[in-house]
Amino acid sequence: MAVAESEPLVEMSHIRVAFGGVHAVDDVSINLHAGEVIGLVGGNGAGKSTLMKALSGAHPPNSGEIRVEGRRVTIANPRDAKLYNIECIYQTLALADNIDAPGNVFLGRELTTMWGSMDDGAMEDATRKVMGRLNPNFKRFAQAVKSLSGGQRQAVAIARAVHFNARILIMDEPTAALGPAETSQVRDLIRQLKTEGIGIFLISHDIHDVFDLSDRISVMYHGRIVDTIKKTETTADDVLGMIILGKKPEQVTQKELAELQLPGQSPAPNLAS
Amino acid sequence: MADIASAAPRQAPAAPRFSIRGALSAAEIDFRLFGMLLALVAILVGFNVVNEGTFLRPENMTTLAVQGAGVAVLATGMVLVIVARNIDLSVGSLVGFIAMSYALLMTNWLPNILGMGDDFPFRWLIALALGVGLGAVFGAVQGFIIAYVGVPSFVVTLGGLLSIRGAVWVLSQGAAVSGLDPTFQLLGGSAQGSIGGTLTWAVAIVGSLAIIALIVYNRRQRRRFGFPVRPMWAEVTIAAVGCLAVIGLAAFANGNYWPVGAATRYAQEHGITEPPGGLKIAVGLPWPVVILIAVTVVMTFLATRRRFGRYVYAYGGNPEAAELAGINTRWTVVKIYILMGVLCAISAAIAAARLNGSTLDVGQSYELYVIAAAVVGGTSFAGGIGTIPGAVLGAFVMQALAYGLAYTGYNSPIQNIVAGIVLVLAVGFDAYNRRRGGGS
Ligand SMILES: Nc1ncnc2c1ncn2[C@@H]1O[C@H](COP(=O)(O)OP(=O)(O)O)[C@@H](O)[C@H]1O
Ligand SMILES: [Mg+2]
Repeated sequence: MAVAESEPLVEMSHIRVAFGGVHAVDDVSINLHAGEVIGLVGGNGAGKSTLMKALSGAHPPNSGEIRVEGRRVTIANPRDAKLYNIECIYQTLALADNIDAPGNVFLGRELTTMWGSMDDGAMEDATRKVMGRLNPNFKRFAQAVKSLSGGQRQAVAIARAVHFNARILIMDEPTAALGPAETSQVRDLIRQLKTEGIGIFLISHDIHDVFDLSDRISVMYHGRIVDTIKKTETTADDVLGMIILGKKPEQVTQKELAELQLPGQSPAPNLAS
Repeated sequence: MADIASAAPRQAPAAPRFSIRGALSAAEIDFRLFGMLLALVAILVGFNVVNEGTFLRPENMTTLAVQGAGVAVLATGMVLVIVARNIDLSVGSLVGFIAMSYALLMTNWLPNILGMGDDFPFRWLIALALGVGLGAVFGAVQGFIIAYVGVPSFVVTLGGLLSIRGAVWVLSQGAAVSGLDPTFQLLGGSAQGSIGGTLTWAVAIVGSLAIIALIVYNRRQRRRFGFPVRPMWAEVTIAAVGCLAVIGLAAFANGNYWPVGAATRYAQEHGITEPPGGLKIAVGLPWPVVILIAVTVVMTFLATRRRFGRYVYAYGGNPEAAELAGINTRWTVVKIYILMGVLCAISAAIAAARLNGSTLDVGQSYELYVIAAAVVGGTSFAGGIGTIPGAVLGAFVMQALAYGLAYTGYNSPIQNIVAGIVLVLAVGFDAYNRRRGGGS
């Protein structure tokens, strides 16, 4: 990982996000390099999505600093984020269900003709090209995305991020709704994007995915980062321990370890959703 | 996953056998719109049968169209309001306010305050422009309160309904006002307020050419990118049916002649000797209908071809997604209400012109008819769904029922009972269809 020496693509420092009294993200610092995948893991409600929304402009942080390629930036809304080529695939996909795939891919950034009208032909053409990479069998370009399958909808959401040449890509549980074949397509895509020099934050509940794809892994617990660690320097068991207990392996007491391994009493977080 | 599994086999076997739905979907025609058109025709034919063939005459249909135009114009805007998960209850009051403003502008303010007497050129146009500006301002204020202050549209426009109607009274001190500019009066669509036989043919020819040009353009566009295109038979059929419908309607409109008295006067004024049986001057399309056609075309263009329309539908379909896509959703909502205000000014012009002035209750209850038209036309309160041609058809379905019942001798309470039932039936039928058709 020679990339670690270069200047980070993104640097988030001391980020705080509060909802009323709840500190969803509490003094978190994290960075990401070009061509790097950071696996962001943690139990439900740990603050992963909220941290990423601070970067994508969906929910600006209450305090903290964001730097893109060393430059201090203010990201107050999704438009700002897109200016810095930050694209986000939200957990909820954020698709307009009543609009077709090209309309969703280009939502907010429609191609227009010289008269300022939407150029549907050009948008469908570009969508066909990018979908060809993601889901070669996809043919339903004229249907509202509401009528598409979960995997197809996911592909549309990913196509939107990929088409606009993201430099920084946030993927919030991109494979949660997918079957095995589609999941492996997304994995291939992530590897390909990585070789293109794109920095990726990958939120996932699938520990195998995370180990398979990430360079570094950040574990979140109750709004804080427990540790950010190179994949090669940790094990799945250690990461799971941090997810559940919110402590680095060396800080875990024998008692906690024993409780963790007691059958039936496992405080394992719900990893399903 | 579930819906693709159930949808795919349903579509596949439909293709080889001939079915109306299959043919329509191959031709990419909106099934719902087609059904509405059939319903409208059925209503008209039904009343014709009940009235022993006296109903379906050009003069009746022209009257029906003129009466429905004001509501239909507003319905094109209400579609966008409802698609964007809002409502506008103030349209009737705003129509009343602007109609009264037109009347006062032309009888009092323009001549007495601005010194523009009866012979001042384009006075009617100045009044119209001021009315449109007024509508836009009212729309912008309501839209701003809804989008930026965050007061629900139901509340804001309910307030508008009450206070703007009150303002009509304040404007005129409770009096009716009459005596508009003669040119302005033409907008009301009397025999003189129609474009005549020749222009009606011209409109029909332009319309037919536009239909063909649009089809050719779309086909070229799809060819350019190598996309699948509609089968040729479908293209030709659509073009032929479209052109025939346009030309047929023009011929029908031109079958309506000036009333005998007006024709005789015209003959005398122009030194024409009347042929036996009287001079026959084709009325053609009344101005309100021409205005409605123009409004429908422009609004459809805005809704389907411009970013603005795309944002309205995206916001209605999923407000959060629209926001996350970087769309300025608040400004989009304000623009919708500005547009609605402008449409109120257009509708008010038709209403004032027909009355040759204004009374305190012009536009009363319009909001109800307009919302009903949009909803019967397929607009859903869930947001994101509705078309402008659908709303116009919806307005005419309701108008045809009211007019037909009146023609058959039923009074307005009966008309209201029927209108209410049809409204609920139409939406119920839609809900049933959507559930059955899947993809809810
Ligand atoms: N829009 C919101 N309003 C209030 N609380 C929220 C909101 N979004 C997230 N939270 C809270 O913030 C915390 C972190 O949530 P989230 O970032 O979604 O966690 P994760 O993605 O790790 O599962 C949770 O306690 C959640 O309830
Ligand atoms: Mg989440």
